Amino acid sequence: MPPSAHWLSLSIWVPIVAGLAVLATGADKNAREARIIALVGAGLGFLVTIPLVAGFDTGTSAMQFVEKAPWIERFNVNYHLGVDGISVLFILLNSFITVLVVLAGWEVIRDKVAQYMAAFLVMSGLLNGTFAALDAVLFYVFFESTLIPMYLVIGVWGGPNRVYAAVKFFLYTLLGSLLMLVAFLYLYNKSGGSFAVLDYHKLPLPLDAQVLLFVAFLLAFAVKVPMWPVHTWLPDAHVEAPTGGSAVLAAILLKLGAYGFVRFSLPILPDASRYLAGFMITLSLIAIVYIGLVALVQTDMKKLIAYSSISHMGFVTLGFFIFNAYGMEGGLVQMISHGFVSAALFLCVGVMYDRMHSRNIADYGGVANTMPKFAALMVFFAMANCGLPATSGFVGEFMVILGAMKFNFWIAFLAGTTLVFGAAYTLWMVKRVIFGEVGNKHVAELSDASARELLVLGLLAIAVLWLGVHPAPFTEIMHASVSELLKHLAVSKL
Amino acid sequence: MLTDLPPISIAYPEIFLLAAGCAILVIDLFLAEDRRWVIYVLSLAALLGCAVLTMIVTAMTGGRLAYTFNGMFVSDIMASALKMFTYVSVVLCLVYSRTYIADRGLYRGEYFVLALFATLGMMVMISANHFLTLYLGLELMSLCLYSLVALNRDSAVSTEAAMKYFVLGALASGLLLYGMSMIYGATGTLEITEVAKGAARILQSGHPSGAVLAFGLVFVVSGLAFKVGVVPFHMWIPDVYHGAPTAVTLFISTGPKLAAFAMAIRLLVNGLQPLAGDTPQFQSGWQDMLIILSVLSMAIGNLAAIAQSNIKRMLAYSTISHMGFMLLGLLSGIVSGNALSAAEAWSSAMFYAVVYVLMSLGAFGMVVFLSRAGFEAERLEDFRGLNARSPWFAFIMLLLMFSLAGVPPTVGFYAKLSVLQAVLGAGHVWLAVVAVMLALVGTFYYIRVVKLMYFDEPQDSTEVRGKLDASVLLSANGLAVLALGILPQPLMQLCFYAIKGL
Repeated sequence: MPPSAHWLSLSIWVPIVAGLAVLATGADKNAREARIIALVGAGLGFLVTIPLVAGFDTGTSAMQFVEKAPWIERFNVNYHLGVDGISVLFILLNSFITVLVVLAGWEVIRDKVAQYMAAFLVMSGLLNGTFAALDAVLFYVFFESTLIPMYLVIGVWGGPNRVYAAVKFFLYTLLGSLLMLVAFLYLYNKSGGSFAVLDYHKLPLPLDAQVLLFVAFLLAFAVKVPMWPVHTWLPDAHVEAPTGGSAVLAAILLKLGAYGFVRFSLPILPDASRYLAGFMITLSLIAIVYIGLVALVQTDMKKLIAYSSISHMGFVTLGFFIFNAYGMEGGLVQMISHGFVSAALFLCVGVMYDRMHSRNIADYGGVANTMPKFAALMVFFAMANCGLPATSGFVGEFMVILGAMKFNFWIAFLAGTTLVFGAAYTLWMVKRVIFGEVGNKHVAELSDASARELLVLGLLAIAVLWLGVHPAPFTEIMHASVSELLKHLAVSKL
Repeated sequence: MLTDLPPISIAYPEIFLLAAGCAILVIDLFLAEDRRWVIYVLSLAALLGCAVLTMIVTAMTGGRLAYTFNGMFVSDIMASALKMFTYVSVVLCLVYSRTYIADRGLYRGEYFVLALFATLGMMVMISANHFLTLYLGLELMSLCLYSLVALNRDSAVSTEAAMKYFVLGALASGLLLYGMSMIYGATGTLEITEVAKGAARILQSGHPSGAVLAFGLVFVVSGLAFKVGVVPFHMWIPDVYHGAPTAVTLFISTGPKLAAFAMAIRLLVNGLQPLAGDTPQFQSGWQDMLIILSVLSMAIGNLAAIAQSNIKRMLAYSTISHMGFMLLGLLSGIVSGNALSAAEAWSSAMFYAVVYVLMSLGAFGMVVFLSRAGFEAERLEDFRGLNARSPWFAFIMLLLMFSLAGVPPTVGFYAKLSVLQAVLGAGHVWLAVVAVMLALVGTFYYIRVVKLMYFDEPQDSTEVRGKLDASVLLSANGLAVLALGILPQPLMQLCFYAIKGL
């Protein structure tokens, strides 16, 4: 790949420019144009990310597709982009989900269509930027900017309690990231005036400074992941957000937190990471077990999936802090798998919500009788959510449990309980919603999923199966970077 | 000193504005009511002329330090830069407020002449190198502002605000003057550059007049805090911002902040720099005083702003918190007696001040813009559903609000970034943490405005429309916040050169 090919810049700016073009269509009388431009923009945005994977060299852990230009010389800030095996897949995932979100909102969103589509496209570009940024300030700018479109998406197109959810989402996430900003500035001064993330990886730091920085990063990333006990914003945000918002939130935004651990906390602060590993593992296990139990008693489908997300993300953080290749790669696979599965489940709930205007499990029953095609897909995704072999959910969980087993039996045992709880809450929901007698006359009047809805869910089903049956192409991309990271982690920086 | 220039040439912009202001005052007498636009055009032309002259002066001096009037008046890059920003802010104020004042019967010559003389006062403050010059500039500006606040004679609220402003402003001037006289007593000079030398001498020799110097410093800082508007000398801000006609609030919250920043630099950095940090004689200097002022301002400003239902009052408290943030840059210059990174720190404060003025212009400009005859858009409620009434101006206001909150990619973020960097560079990690936590509190009321504009339905379906010039400039103002957020380097660099050239 010639270095002059700016694929990363394109993957950031194509969606943003498309978003601005969508905005230019203006009022709702041009909604058709807005939708078409949005779909073309999202499609193009996805196409420009394909060369990133096609031209990816799996043999090296170095940054690829690097672009670097001076941006703010006053602070030695650079427009520095690059991807390695850890970040490249998320850019692809994000651009893929954006296409689906545009499709999912095609007919459902009738109010302020242009603004809705534009918000998602701009957010998609900003998220790609977050995954590609190799400069701390650039990362922070992208990381924070994503709050603005998401705040608007939840607040404008959300449910009845949307204002509370949007404000809570915004302030919670800002709380964490502001401390991260202080941490970056501290590192800037310590490193003699550099914001380059890769410089920080080599920067020696005493343990007490590492621990303080770790706490600052932890707050930023733990809120995003979200980890217990700072997860409370997520169920609110998910429940109130429109379907597309929930899907992007679960599939991509949560991944920013976990990505932050891999890109910042672990390599910059290896000693603090080891020092606090027990703490992190404990938090992860609480998320897996306790939140799994909380999910069991939910009566709202979106809330249930939201708690299931927290529990699954607990697996990711668990995988990262047991410091072996299985755990690390398992965590990353789990992130991607969760991106597909949670997005799919939220879209499934959206399909039903559009017809029934209810997310209450009790309002459903026997949906399989009236929506057979849809029911088949929903059951499939539910299976993936409980980690059925041959779906993507299995691969990640299995690898993390394997890694945990090497580390400590009891941790693996507690993590393994998720296979029971996950199955329990997901399948029980499926039983109450999909199977059984037709619950009431509203369910009896349901029409099966349309071709557009089937296309969206079908694409996700293919992705889930592919990652489940043949995960090798995904893990191969990660492999070099993960082993390099583990090697790096083994060396003390004191 | 440049010998090849006529000595007063560096004061040409001030002299020109004085003459122009007097001429406009006279011309106004001979104009019929329907020809008032001539005054408007002439005022803008006068400011444009000042801008041209300032550029000529800068080109003549080449950015080097130049003094005139026996060292009472200085020209440097900071003076030129701040004056240019002041002209821009005054021009924008006049353009934004034209319809507003016309609707309220304030479209009179006095408004423009007072605004021009206030601008002259700011310019004199910016270029002052002598306590007397500084004081004269300050009083010229303040007296014009008092009258501007009271311009709407029939409004009881405005008159009350003007009265408060006048009494508290006079008290502040008194404090400042008292402090200056103490410093004069200790150092025997009123010329700011000489004061610095005198103060350094006193501190070195351990002379007993150091106590008088410290006494003077306390009063100077208090007077300065009054004028900048930081806690605990802030109480006039909400009342004056609230009571003044919005067009005047817009004026007070912009240009005078630049002048106040210049005053802080001239007094504290140029004059009392030896007293900045801890010295053999004193355990702490003005930097430590500013820490207290800054933390209190950020805390009280942000917390009180949450409780406001009037956007003018809310923005007034927000001003207090922003000035607290600006002080963070000012107080990080000297680290354990070492001025190596001082230019970076002070320039971050200047960057903050300039950026704040840009955002304040936009935010108050929007309040002025949405007001119309018989209706003040000054309650937060009036922003409800703005996105449905005018998506474009809602977007502009969104940019301004996120910028005030310091959320990237707007320029407000880089302003916070640079002052926080200065604070951490000076080693005050706790102060940076306190500052970001208080900024988080502040975010709440800014995103509440966004919530009102975007999440709520409009209560008032009047079409949003303004004069073309105001619409274009307000849009440019809002987009500048975004554009400078994407490319902040030039402005940062300019501020850096300005402080470097002191």
